[in-house]
Amino acid sequence: MRTLLFMLPLAAFLVLAGYFALALRPGHDPQVLPSALIDQPMPAFDLPALGAGAAVTSAASRGQVVVVNFFASWCVPCRIEHPVLMRLANQDKVAITGIAYKDAPDAAKKLLDDAGDPYARVGVDLSGRTGIDFGVYGVPETYVIDRTGRIRKKFVGPLSPEAVAGELLPLLRQLGRP
Amino acid sequence: MIVETGHFALVLALCVALVQSVVPIVGAARGRAGWMGIGRSAALVQFVLIALAMGALMHAYAVSDFSVINVVENSHSAKPLLYKLSGVWGNHEGSMLLWVFMLGLCGAAVALFGGNLPPALRARVLAVQGMIGVGFLLFILLTSNPFLRAVPAPADGQGLNPVLQDPGLAFHPPFLYLGYVGFSVAFSFAVAALIEGRVDAAWARWVRPWSLASWCALTIGVAMGSWWAYYTLGWGGWWFWDPVENASLMPWIVGTALIHSSIVVEKRDTLKSWTILLAIITFSLSLVGTFLVRSGVLTSVHAFATDPARGVFILLLLLVAIGGSLTLYAVRAPVLKGGGLFAPVSREGALVLNNLLLACGAATVFIGTLYPLFLDAVGGPKISVGFPFFNETFVPLMVPLLLVVGPGSMLAWKRGDLLGALQRLWAAFGLAILVMLAAFYASHGGPVLAVLGLGLAAWVFGGAAVELAERLRLFRVPPADSLRRAINLPRAAWGMSFAHMGLAITVAGIAAAAFQTENIQVLNPGEDMPLAGYTLHLASVERRPGPNYIYDDATVTVSRDGRPVAVMHPQRRFFPLQQQTTTETAIRTNLLADLYVAVGDPDPSGGWTIRAYYKPLVPWIWIGGVIMAFGGLVSLSDRRWRIGVATRARPAVPQPAPGE
Repeated sequence: MRTLLFMLPLAAFLVLAGYFALALRPGHDPQVLPSALIDQPMPAFDLPALGAGAAVTSAASRGQVVVVNFFASWCVPCRIEHPVLMRLANQDKVAITGIAYKDAPDAAKKLLDDAGDPYARVGVDLSGRTGIDFGVYGVPETYVIDRTGRIRKKFVGPLSPEAVAGELLPLLRQLGRP
Repeated sequence: MIVETGHFALVLALCVALVQSVVPIVGAARGRAGWMGIGRSAALVQFVLIALAMGALMHAYAVSDFSVINVVENSHSAKPLLYKLSGVWGNHEGSMLLWVFMLGLCGAAVALFGGNLPPALRARVLAVQGMIGVGFLLFILLTSNPFLRAVPAPADGQGLNPVLQDPGLAFHPPFLYLGYVGFSVAFSFAVAALIEGRVDAAWARWVRPWSLASWCALTIGVAMGSWWAYYTLGWGGWWFWDPVENASLMPWIVGTALIHSSIVVEKRDTLKSWTILLAIITFSLSLVGTFLVRSGVLTSVHAFATDPARGVFILLLLLVAIGGSLTLYAVRAPVLKGGGLFAPVSREGALVLNNLLLACGAATVFIGTLYPLFLDAVGGPKISVGFPFFNETFVPLMVPLLLVVGPGSMLAWKRGDLLGALQRLWAAFGLAILVMLAAFYASHGGPVLAVLGLGLAAWVFGGAAVELAERLRLFRVPPADSLRRAINLPRAAWGMSFAHMGLAITVAGIAAAAFQTENIQVLNPGEDMPLAGYTLHLASVERRPGPNYIYDDATVTVSRDGRPVAVMHPQRRFFPLQQQTTTETAIRTNLLADLYVAVGDPDPSGGWTIRAYYKPLVPWIWIGGVIMAFGGLVSLSDRRWRIGVATRARPAVPQPAPGE
């Protein structure tokens, strides 16, 4: 019995190593969207708008190329990403749909009031339900949805200026963003 | 040529490390003094070779040798020299080289200062150090070679991430790595002890200074990292529970448990197998942290460019190092004999409670950090764990720990008198009440939890002060006698008092965060905004050239009741090479509070976003960290580490009994 106790740390470590191995398995990259969701229809959502305004829904953007960005005021990488989004909105004139993920509406509103609002519309996903439907791993995450409503690309973590210039904008051009 | 020499030195270091990991351990098993002796010279040669490689890479960075891929990717000729040099460890390959450099340094230190170790133990310790060296040198040479050439060489480099071009970040990694890697010595001692099947007070006396030194370096490293985040990111936060931050916090917590439990092994010859386990886990967590940061299994702001091939290699290293040592532990630890018995209420009991709470705290951080990975692996829903999780789980675990620091250090060994200890702490209790009343009054009934937190900090500080006063018999004997006692008091006792006081100061800084006031406004030059009784006046914003950036230099004059207090210059730096903007905050501190001003984006009408915070006690977070590390260093200077174990029987100075 006593011997078993001393084997416990080893057993715990082996379980942990198993998880690490799973995370590294070939063809699995936690940084990218699981292939199952790529080219699948965007999950439907109907979220209350941040502040006043009509509800933010997936149906409203049907027929358009949409960039959906999950963010939260408690998320530090989001603040690093924030100036990139501001440039994307102001200089490249991309309409971004923001989803405040598990965030108190007041806090999200304060963030956008203080630091600038890069979003064309912002929905509040207080329960995180929409985030789960999208498969959000951590905020920030950014999704590109084409005119037919299918997810074409997912960016995990803060968008870098390189990713915007090298991947996001070319993809938007290719999808024929007006 | 110098670059090839560095590469060649690294290959040679690998060969030497191979010898170091085999010959001494075989010699120790067969009792051959000559074979055992090879460990010392091999450790020294290995360090010299790695230092040569490190020097070669630093030279390539200093002279901007763009025929080296690593320099091209991470440096630029227009960068100030400091950031050229710190750029060496601002990337994956170079930081791994720094990692093995620290490892070589530790091995060489054991070889040089381990003169009073029994030869067999020293040989085994150095052999285990050699094995770790083999693993990581192989890792560098096979997957992350910083000496690869670029053909043809480009005219200039791609530059270092602007966020990293900061003096704080130039010195943060060396301290952090010294801390991480320093714990490899405690690990090697633990493995060597398991091989020998013997752990005694003498063993603990050898291990403790190494753990203490690593702990001091790690304390400074973590504090510097947090300070850097505070003044660089421009949002006034100083800890974000990011996976990479957690990766440095976990070894620190378990290392703290280790330096406490090894006291019990040293003084009372018990808790042996637990201390061995802590030594293994502390270094294992350093290794796991390395894996998490570099394999890309978790998303983080700080993560290096990742590569699954490296992840697989590090995972194999983890399996060999951690799996191997824990297997050895499972086989040999049951053999270790327990030592002296003790009552639950005793100094030992208090240290066990300390270990229990710290271990639970580390486990909480561990689970919070890896939870997304666990769920992802079983195909569960994808979730993220943020601030709220850690605040609701980690903080409640630390509260009882802080409550028992004072009374615990007042208890006698074997069997303590808790009631007596609490009675002697009346002054600390009074101080805590006073501080809470004062905080409650000053903040006009502000956040209750923060007031309680300040009370807790005062309780810890008061406890450490009372404990010290009791040892010196302050106010009970004439001052001259107290002074004589102070001089004769072992440095280790002073160290403990300093470290506990430092902890109290850090806790006060953290608790007081709730009292901060902030004001964020868009100001046109010439406009004012109020902040906590001060008036901030944006005088001007001018664009100026920097060494490798251009910056908007805001001049903010601060006044209070019409009297000028300070002129502050927050900046917004734009790095044309990377097309990236960084904020350079302006902080004015009087050590009791910080005035923190950052300038944000301009708006089209010519206004600037000014973020200003008034943060009471926030500098204490890092001052406390420095005092904790200083306490560790004072303890490290205790003469009992220097005198050999054989001569410790008759201490030259009469030592007052604890709690006398």
